Amino acid sequence: MAREKSSKDNAQALFNSLRSAYAVTPVNLKIIDLYVGFAVFTALIQVVYMATVGSFPFNSFLSGVLSCVGTAVLAVCLRIQVNKENKEFKDLPPERAFADFVLCNLVLHLVIMNFLG
Amino acid sequence: MARILARFLVLLLVVSICEAAPLFQPISDSHRSAALELFTLDHGSFKSLEETYEALRTFQILGIEKKPDVTAAACHSISETVGSLSSTPKDLFYALKANSIAECKIHAKASKGIISSLNSAVSGSSSLLDFYYSVGGLVLIKDQSSKDDLQLADAEGVFRSVKAFSQSDGRWRYSSNNLESSAFAAGIALETLAGIVSLASSELDQSLISTLKNDISKLFDSIEKYGDGTLYFDDKLVDGYEYKGPLSATSSVLRGLTAFAAVTTGNIDLPRDKMLGLAKFFLGIGVPDLKFYLACRVSIPLILSLPAAVLSLTKKDSLKVRVATVLGSNAPPLTVKLVGVFSSVSKDASLVESQELKFDQGSGLHILNDLLEIIDVGSYTFVFEVVLQEPDDEKVYVTGSQTKVPIFVTGLVRIENSEIVVLDSDLGSVESQSKLDLTAKNAVSLSANHLQKMRLSFRLTTPRGLAFKPHQAFLKLRHESKVEHIFVVGNSGKHFEIVLNFLGLVEKFFYLSGKYDMEFTVGDSAMENSFLVAIGYIELDLPQAPEKATRPPLQAIDPYTRYGPKAEITHIFRAPEKRPPQELSLAFLGLTILPLLGFFIGLLRLGVNMKNFPSKPVPAAFAFLFHVGIGAVLLLYVFFWLKLDLFQTLKVLGFLVVFLVFIGHRILSHLAAASAKLKSA
Repeated sequence: MAREKSSKDNAQALFNSLRSAYAVTPVNLKIIDLYVGFAVFTALIQVVYMATVGSFPFNSFLSGVLSCVGTAVLAVCLRIQVNKENKEFKDLPPERAFADFVLCNLVLHLVIMNFLG
Repeated sequence: MARILARFLVLLLVVSICEAAPLFQPISDSHRSAALELFTLDHGSFKSLEETYEALRTFQILGIEKKPDVTAAACHSISETVGSLSSTPKDLFYALKANSIAECKIHAKASKGIISSLNSAVSGSSSLLDFYYSVGGLVLIKDQSSKDDLQLADAEGVFRSVKAFSQSDGRWRYSSNNLESSAFAAGIALETLAGIVSLASSELDQSLISTLKNDISKLFDSIEKYGDGTLYFDDKLVDGYEYKGPLSATSSVLRGLTAFAAVTTGNIDLPRDKMLGLAKFFLGIGVPDLKFYLACRVSIPLILSLPAAVLSLTKKDSLKVRVATVLGSNAPPLTVKLVGVFSSVSKDASLVESQELKFDQGSGLHILNDLLEIIDVGSYTFVFEVVLQEPDDEKVYVTGSQTKVPIFVTGLVRIENSEIVVLDSDLGSVESQSKLDLTAKNAVSLSANHLQKMRLSFRLTTPRGLAFKPHQAFLKLRHESKVEHIFVVGNSGKHFEIVLNFLGLVEKFFYLSGKYDMEFTVGDSAMENSFLVAIGYIELDLPQAPEKATRPPLQAIDPYTRYGPKAEITHIFRAPEKRPPQELSLAFLGLTILPLLGFFIGLLRLGVNMKNFPSKPVPAAFAFLFHVGIGAVLLLYVFFWLKLDLFQTLKVLGFLVVFLVFIGHRILSHLAAASAKLKSA
């Protein structure tokens, strides 16, 4: 009983500490995290749809899922580059990182649109 | 299309007659009924004026009496065309031509209207056919309304414009744009020019006429020929619909030539053998009893013909030759010489000496009787030459040089010593032997096994005692199961022999043992006694078929069913994929939008603001344009999916990206500078 309670307490304590640690992240990083979450969710919904109805226009399925995954990856790269705590990218201005993000997204979506069929 | 060609065949052949000459020979009723069938009234009128004219002309020449309904229909359409102001020159031309036969009355007012419209058509013409119809129409109306003072204004100018369509090789083009030239167009051009000359008010420049005569001789240089001396004009087959064919082209040229010869003084220099060749062409078409005259200034050709080109040795036929004019009337006194007889074997050396044929007054034929004593069966080429006896006749008649005629000589070929033998393969000793009588059915019965050979032999001799190789000498063996095998019998000289070595043929016979019926045939077109005879049967004992031997082909119960329709092929198409119901797809579309909404709600909860948006006008404009640019690119992608293709998209994208990069660079560097200033401050 005590062990169960302690494991439950442990889980809850862990969750709380994560939550509090996350609260201090700057707002722009939180926006990027939200964007990544949105992209992943959209990909999941598409996979569920494919599981339901079958993968007949497979290229369409792939292009949809890869668009979400690709944009999520690009957003993660942006987050890495913009994060002030990351020493590696100290000299990179965040605007430059954002410009790269925008450009790469445009190229990704061109390819996706072509593959969509 | 076939109808049009048939009409041309009837019409153009007869229209190339010198207009003034009547026909002597009677035409048969089959021609008349064919013409009546071809030209029928459709709801009381013909389909076009061209057809009306063709019908009337054909009926006139074939001697069909004028039917009242045909004439009435023709007059009706003629008066309609003539009275209307909007008739094209082509319609007027054919209406007037039809009128020259139907002889309907045209009012003076209408004819004045025709003359003025045709005159304006002449000055406004740009193609050869326009000139042809308008000038031809004027010539016809001049004849019909007997207006002798009708003249063509600026005849020389019109002549030169028509002459501009000529080419250096003697052919003519239809218009200045169209580069295709034809002999048919040459004929039309000559007729048009003849019409211009007849309508001219004063003498045309003689140099024009002489260049035209040169053109005519150049045209004749391009004449084509068949091997037997027949000459004709033909055009290149460029467009199947426009192609007129050698008959139309040749007729058109002759018509033009006739018309031109009628209006010009002085002779046109044409080689007489070319005229002869053209005459042979028309006769060779094979329309019986329709003869034609050439223009009065050209010589009458003499035609050499043979009533029979196949001579039989058994019937002791004699060689008969007939020489007559193109009309079919009698030729002047002349002699026919047989210059030589050539066969395929001796192409250069003649088999007989040059000799004259005897003229038989009663039948009008030249005969040679004792020729067949020398010649054997086969096909030969006889070369004749016609020599006129009166030297004055040379100017009137043209005989041509040597005439080559293929002659076929048939006769009875003797078959002797025919026998069929079964031999032992190794020793060559005869096991069984039978004599055959190849004129009657035989009932030989032989038997052999696979170690033996069968030999069939015979001799063939021609009536003259020479060796003869027939076209066909076959032996056919047919098994009980209807599997057939055919063998060719070879020869050496007069002796023919075939040896069937059953050891080698076992596989060819599909290892089928049993009774084989034998049939034997010898045939040739020169043989009067070709035969196909059943010899009898042979029992063959062949070894068992091994496992891998080929099966004999299945024999159809009715051998003609192999030519019948084959089984129908049913195609199996790939079944289309199963698609989900539309409601499910739309539901999931809605579900996909949900995370986006979640994103916006999250943004609001985070408290995003637009405080960093630049306030100053220039950067603000750039910032606005930056967002507009991104929006434009995304919109382009939507259009790309909807209807554009990749290359169009890439082209537009190129422009947009350059624009966006420039704008983006400006705004983002501005923002970076602003935040750096803030940091340092």
